[in-house]
Amino acid sequence: MGVGFATLFSKEVLRFWKVSFQTLLAPLVATLLYLVVFAQILGQRLSVYPGVGYAAFLVPGLVMMAMLQNAFANSSSSLVQSKVTGNLVFVLLAPLSAFEFFLAYVLAAMLRGLLVGAVVLVTAGFFFPLQIHSLPWILVFCLLATGLSGALGVLAGVWAEKFDQMAAWQNFLILPLTFLSGAFYSLHSLPPLWHFVSRFNPFFYAIDGFRYGFIGVSDVSPWESLLIVGSTCLALSWVTLVLLRSGWRVRP
Amino acid sequence: MSSLERPLPAVEIRAVRKAYGALQALRGVDLTIEQGEIFALLGPNGAGKTTLISILAGLVRADAGTLKVMGHEVTKDYRAARRALGVVPQELVFDPFFSVRETLRIQSGYFGLRHNDDWIDEILENLHLTDKAEVNMRALSGGMKRRVLIGQALVHRPPVIVLDEPTAGVDVELRQTLWRFVRQLNSAGHTILLTTHYLEEAEALCRRVAVLNKGQLVTCEPISELLQGRQAATLEEAFVGLIRDGEA
Ligand SMILES: Nc1ncnc2c1ncn2[C@@H]1O[C@H](COP(=O)(O)OP(=O)(O)O)[C@@H](O)[C@H]1O
Ligand SMILES: [Mg+2]
Repeated sequence: MGVGFATLFSKEVLRFWKVSFQTLLAPLVATLLYLVVFAQILGQRLSVYPGVGYAAFLVPGLVMMAMLQNAFANSSSSLVQSKVTGNLVFVLLAPLSAFEFFLAYVLAAMLRGLLVGAVVLVTAGFFFPLQIHSLPWILVFCLLATGLSGALGVLAGVWAEKFDQMAAWQNFLILPLTFLSGAFYSLHSLPPLWHFVSRFNPFFYAIDGFRYGFIGVSDVSPWESLLIVGSTCLALSWVTLVLLRSGWRVRP
Repeated sequence: MSSLERPLPAVEIRAVRKAYGALQALRGVDLTIEQGEIFALLGPNGAGKTTLISILAGLVRADAGTLKVMGHEVTKDYRAARRALGVVPQELVFDPFFSVRETLRIQSGYFGLRHNDDWIDEILENLHLTDKAEVNMRALSGGMKRRVLIGQALVHRPPVIVLDEPTAGVDVELRQTLWRFVRQLNSAGHTILLTTHYLEEAEALCRRVAVLNKGQLVTCEPISELLQGRQAATLEEAFVGLIRDGEA
């Protein structure tokens, strides 16, 4: 893994950095709006776990939601943009392996997700007191969840040929997954059907495990969440790599 | 017997086939281009020129056949094959996030070259882009974008350079500039493969041409022999005759 890989990675970072108004600031504003609205309106009346304030429950969920969405948005939109404008050809002409290609896009997506998460967390910390139960769990779920979402973004970007196909991924997969992820509520407060459905949502485990790192309480064991998020991340990466190696949709 | 050994061909294409659904884009193409040539691949629109070049560059996968660049097979030995090849795409593609210099630096990086600024400056100079180096790609005219594309293909000093319709939609002056530049690259030792449907371009630059029609090579020989064989006065006359034979 050498200069070629490092160049593609830094190009991908530059790409979102140059438009950080849209890629970092806009997600911050959106997340803070959620936070203000939900924490203010529901905060007084609602407590999900005994002894845990609603804001302390909500902030980690929203931070993880922002990380998941932004990691996905970065790799997927970069790839689709490059395909639609045709400049993906410059990467495809280069002597880069499928693995280098994949890793560069995923790592840049992770970095964008982590930056958004950090900015949201720090800003939220000004308004709501944050507790930290276990830093290692927080970091593990940060990395695995942004990796999972970045890899999913590469898969979507490799598949999609047009912007509206990408919008379909956003609207029919990412949005439902993030809203059925327990960012706003505990799974136990859901009706049985939605509880059942949410149990198949890897984003739920990412949020539940990540939140455990802050408040030390969770719907399922953080080890279970680790196993599920980790294996989903690996499986998705493997599938995407196999498809990339075969040239699927990228080298027709 | 070393006297019987021929130098390694720059490009070797054997029995290459490619179908898009029911459409046979390439129906078994064989082609050898020697080192040091300026070689033109001619053919009407839709003949399969871009498809053939894309397969050579690894952008498209062949259904069958083998292709080598400087002896390196393009799928098995893709790293070496891609390092030996510089491709100027037919479409005016660019990354709107970057300036001309950034574009050339990034392309150098993709090929593993970190400190390439001396060569990048020389490329900019040769392509008359020095004063545009810090300008964003979006702000360039079509002709300038075309020249940056050529620059991108040269950052890693590839022995073989492929230009896909380099002068399509280009004004007369830039065409002359590009022809001069192609000759200059060739005398510096680069093998040139260009596709075109401008026959005077092939006549001006090349000794040998191939004509592709409907996915098949209908001829591959020196222009002089092609004219003689078809008793044609100009390449255009010979070309029209060849394509018409294909219709029959
Ligand atoms: N991605 C593709 N999908 C379907 N058909 C294609 C594709 N690319 C090229 N073709 C078809 O293959 C044929 C050869 O195209 P091309 O190689 O671009 O020709 P040329 O470059 O000689 O004009 C054309 O009929 C074209 O429509
Ligand atoms: Mg073409």
